[in-house]
Amino acid sequence: MIGFATRRLLQAMIVMLVVALLAFTMFRFVGDPVNQMVGIETSIEEREALRERLGLNDPIPVQFFRFVTQAAQFNFGTSYQFRQPVSDLFAKRIPATLELSFTSALFALVVGIPMGIYAGLNRESAVSKLFLSVSLIGISLPTFFIGILLIFLFSVTLQWLPSFGRGEVVPVGSWWTTGFLTVSGLKALILPSITLGLYQMTLIMRLIRAEMLEVIRTDYIKFARARGLPDRLVNFRHALKNTLVPVITITGLQLGAIIAFATITETVFQWPGMGLMFLQAVQNVDIPIMSAYLLLTAFLFVAINFIVDILYFFIDPRLRVGRP
Amino acid sequence: MPYVSNEDAKVDEQTAPGRLTKILDSDMFHSFLRSKVTVVAACGTLFLFLLALLAPWVAPHNPFDLASISIMDARVPPVWMEYSDPRFLLGTDDQGRDLLSGIFYGMRISLIVGFCSVAAAAVLGITLGLVAGYMGGRVDAVIMRIADVQLTFPAILIALLIDGIAAGVFGSIDREIFAFYILIVSLSLSFWVQYARTVRGSTMVEKNKEYVQAARVIGIPSAIIMARHILPNVMGPVMVIATINLALAIVTEATLSFLGVGMPPTQPSLGTLIAIGNDFLYSGEWWIAIFPGLALALLVLNVNLLGDWLRDALNPKLR
Repeated sequence: MIGFATRRLLQAMIVMLVVALLAFTMFRFVGDPVNQMVGIETSIEEREALRERLGLNDPIPVQFFRFVTQAAQFNFGTSYQFRQPVSDLFAKRIPATLELSFTSALFALVVGIPMGIYAGLNRESAVSKLFLSVSLIGISLPTFFIGILLIFLFSVTLQWLPSFGRGEVVPVGSWWTTGFLTVSGLKALILPSITLGLYQMTLIMRLIRAEMLEVIRTDYIKFARARGLPDRLVNFRHALKNTLVPVITITGLQLGAIIAFATITETVFQWPGMGLMFLQAVQNVDIPIMSAYLLLTAFLFVAINFIVDILYFFIDPRLRVGRP
Repeated sequence: MPYVSNEDAKVDEQTAPGRLTKILDSDMFHSFLRSKVTVVAACGTLFLFLLALLAPWVAPHNPFDLASISIMDARVPPVWMEYSDPRFLLGTDDQGRDLLSGIFYGMRISLIVGFCSVAAAAVLGITLGLVAGYMGGRVDAVIMRIADVQLTFPAILIALLIDGIAAGVFGSIDREIFAFYILIVSLSLSFWVQYARTVRGSTMVEKNKEYVQAARVIGIPSAIIMARHILPNVMGPVMVIATINLALAIVTEATLSFLGVGMPPTQPSLGTLIAIGNDFLYSGEWWIAIFPGLALALLVLNVNLLGDWLRDALNPKLR
């Protein structure tokens, strides 16, 4: 177990170093950092002084080492566009993105699992076929267009729900702000989280359905039925439990995808999160924000992958035998 | 089985069956006919492709002909609504361009970008996969490590990053001129991994077979062995990935264009059209965004259905 975890950790660190090298290359070589920071009337001497002060004349490996050490301390430099430390900008926007992602994941699980169970148990019923057709359409509709359709239907036509922003937010602790505690905040969450979670919902539904179909054919389920156990017990206690292993893995991996696709949803709904800021940075070539976002998402992905790998180790005993 | 006797009859008719009858009698074609959804999807895909291909001839107007468009016709609703104009079936956009024609031309651009990026990604992925699988050792380790790292990120993020970097390198004016090429590069760099992994796997199987060893013994250079001998034998799965990736590439292109980093409004793809229409959604001119969106969804749905079928039909496990 410890050997397995150490090896995974080592791999994760190599991945992070590679990504850091990429982020550093972007930061250092796409456009001139000094030109971005000073005005047009700054003299060449002043530019040189700034260059020296920022350490841009040091050997590249030294600069890279400094970049990594600073990034590890959440120091990503100053945004070209906002003239503020990048870490402050991210801190302000992380709560919005995490609350949106969390709600979407919850929506995907709470709606996707029952639909999948139903479709798996009643394979031939008309409702199951409807679920499957809807899920196919859900996969084919691009995220941003789902958002537009929802806005058109519920905000513009029916005027039930707001189409942009987070609503009213309440500060919790020193820097976190939450929309969970106000009515307008909760209302503002509904459309974006459905938009963001719909794809994951269809994915979970199809996965559970497929697993259920496979599991109910196995001998131990037939045996449980032969013993005369009630259907509810067989379906939920015996069958469902064994379908959940892949679901946990996929959900874990999809968490990362949700955070990445939040960029699109946040743009459609003008949701003040990290994704929207990243997109604005891409449009305005604000390299420090871009490289910080790259590092941050890479870290999230690597961390999630690592945790899922370790979880797998606990859930699936076969892995323990196969590897030292 | 009914089609066995059918085949006999055909062989009697003409002793050497032509290529067409061979295709019509293959397992794949029968599985194709058996799935009604697939037949509909194939017809739909063909129809949409033809519309896009023949856009300059079938579109009622030319949305790029500045002489024929008039700002007076801006934001005309579809014909079944009040204040509509019979010249514009689906209404017009904010500059008075016919929406239906815009959709035809937009689909053309979406499909061109989709096909080019799939082709570029396939060429890149196949080459790297062949080299990694054939060479093995350190080359293989480096290529596959890069692939692993990249696979942990969603393609859309990589495409966005590459777009941002390109903008930083080119500056904003050139960005519009190079938008098409930047898109192709960013999409192909985001999608090459799947091809590389598949091709590498099949190459590792193929390279130990006798025909490859024989070719090596008579001194044929590695590059030619890879291109002439191994490549034709690893192309099957690549076609499936390419079909499925076409839908994905079209969606990703549309998303990038919608986010404002893809095709510029001067050469609008479906995504750009939706982005333009999005600004008018709140003022009640819903058709400018919704119709291009529906066209996009229809296109992607059809290609997806076709890809799903192709994957199942070529998967020996499901036969």
